[in-house]
Amino acid sequence: MTGPGLADVQRKGPRRLWPGGGSDGREEGARSALIAATSTVVFVGVVSWVVLTSELWPAVQRQFFSWTHFKRSFPDVLSGFWLDVQMFLVAEVLILAIGLVVAMIRALRGPAFLPLRALAVAYIDLIRGVPILLLILLLGFGVPALRLPGVPISALFWGVTALVVSYAAYTAEVYRAGIESVHESQRMSARSIGLTQFEALRHVIVPQAVRNVIPALLNGFVSLQKDVALVYVLGVREGLREADIYNARTFNYTSYVAAAVLFLAVSVPVARFTDWYTERHRRRRQAMSA
Amino acid sequence: MTAPKVELAAVVKAFDGAPVLRGVDLAVHPHEVVCVIGPSGSGKSTLLKCVDLLVPIDAGTISLDGRAISTPDVNPNTVRQGMGIVFQAFNLFPHMTVLDNVTLGPRKVQGLSRSQAEDRARSLLGRFGLDDRADEYPDRLSGGQQQRVAIMRALAMDPGLMLLDEVTSALDPELIAEVLNAIRDLKAQGMTMLIATHEMGFARDVADRVAFLDDGVVLEEGPPERIFRSPTHARTGEFLQRIIDAGRL
Repeated sequence: MTGPGLADVQRKGPRRLWPGGGSDGREEGARSALIAATSTVVFVGVVSWVVLTSELWPAVQRQFFSWTHFKRSFPDVLSGFWLDVQMFLVAEVLILAIGLVVAMIRALRGPAFLPLRALAVAYIDLIRGVPILLLILLLGFGVPALRLPGVPISALFWGVTALVVSYAAYTAEVYRAGIESVHESQRMSARSIGLTQFEALRHVIVPQAVRNVIPALLNGFVSLQKDVALVYVLGVREGLREADIYNARTFNYTSYVAAAVLFLAVSVPVARFTDWYTERHRRRRQAMSA
Repeated sequence: MTAPKVELAAVVKAFDGAPVLRGVDLAVHPHEVVCVIGPSGSGKSTLLKCVDLLVPIDAGTISLDGRAISTPDVNPNTVRQGMGIVFQAFNLFPHMTVLDNVTLGPRKVQGLSRSQAEDRARSLLGRFGLDDRADEYPDRLSGGQQQRVAIMRALAMDPGLMLLDEVTSALDPELIAEVLNAIRDLKAQGMTMLIATHEMGFARDVADRVAFLDDGVVLEEGPPERIFRSPTHARTGEFLQRIIDAGRL
């Protein structure tokens, strides 16, 4: 799994996808754009020509890019993908909330909070050290097998729970990096007007911390958006599962491509948005410190 | 005679084994303004943070209105509500408007309604000539304006004691006067203040008493005329001479 990590927080800014713009002169920008466009067209053209004229291409097309199979598998994959989207939305809200609570507990100071802090650290260390798939199998198959009275046995429920438990640990670390990025003097000022530790965190530290880590949190969104498909191992009929079922029936892999198209349709815009936001955030901070 | 507003007795503080305060004795009486002067690193800043319980002391006693506040059974949050501190670097909350900076304490700590807190804040803003800045964010203000907002943020809690920690050191020279005038205004209102400062002219002007802090102890204290004109200790004289040589007095 590729959870959001500290590296994301420390990343200075996104790579620029297109040259030009910014502080370049207008003429130079236009020239750069022309070069970029020409080289892109040439590159894509050459690669397409090589691939499409290859002897193997018809077989590849039949297996992966068959329009007939695409049309036939798409409705089921799409309805399964809708479940992925719902899982993502529910899980993300819980992850953001639980991650924040864990990070705030970790940020509390003083000997009285030691047991709570230790618990938060143990949770984060434990969860981050275990493959997410293992967690999904453990909770998704293991807990229902216990047949505990009053405990849900739905694979969907436990699959989402496993995702939340895992991602909340990573997200807590993202928040923690944000909390630590807020200068100590802010905490001192907040305490000096009589706020308690918790009030200082809630009103002064966390609002600034969250702003500093929004890009990293958005990276977490992208990551979770595709990791929800892991619950397919529990037999939950989400997008990937539907594609898998279609493949098992027809031995054609186009259904997987259909699923991939759907995942990409969501993750690429979010990734572009993240880069755009990060860049804007970086510029604003620079403008502020200037 | 009434109890001192705040009194330090043999206060000791070390950071990682390096002593900063080595037995400080100092009292500030109600409506008195005491300026702490001394070389950089003499512990002025630490002294003020200890009084506000932002930094725990290692030994000695700090009392407020005759009651010890440096003991573990005292809730520091309650103590801090009774005093305001202003820092060298302003430390305003950058994500909040001026009005929100000033009303946060009264709303969250004193439980005032938003409108009550805003009324109080607006009257303070008016008093310090910043009425038109209420809805600005701190990064849109000059350093002098930010520091005056920081003073207001502390005053909004209606403190009985103000602690000012080198409040003009981070300011451009032309902005210092507006902040010093705000402090003079506080003195005129009878505010009790403990001020750490490098502004000797200001200390001479505003202080009822000056304490010279050197290497973690109060070497001497007295009325500003005496300290500045005829210091008893050689080290006080040397320090003042350096200030005079630098053209700051």
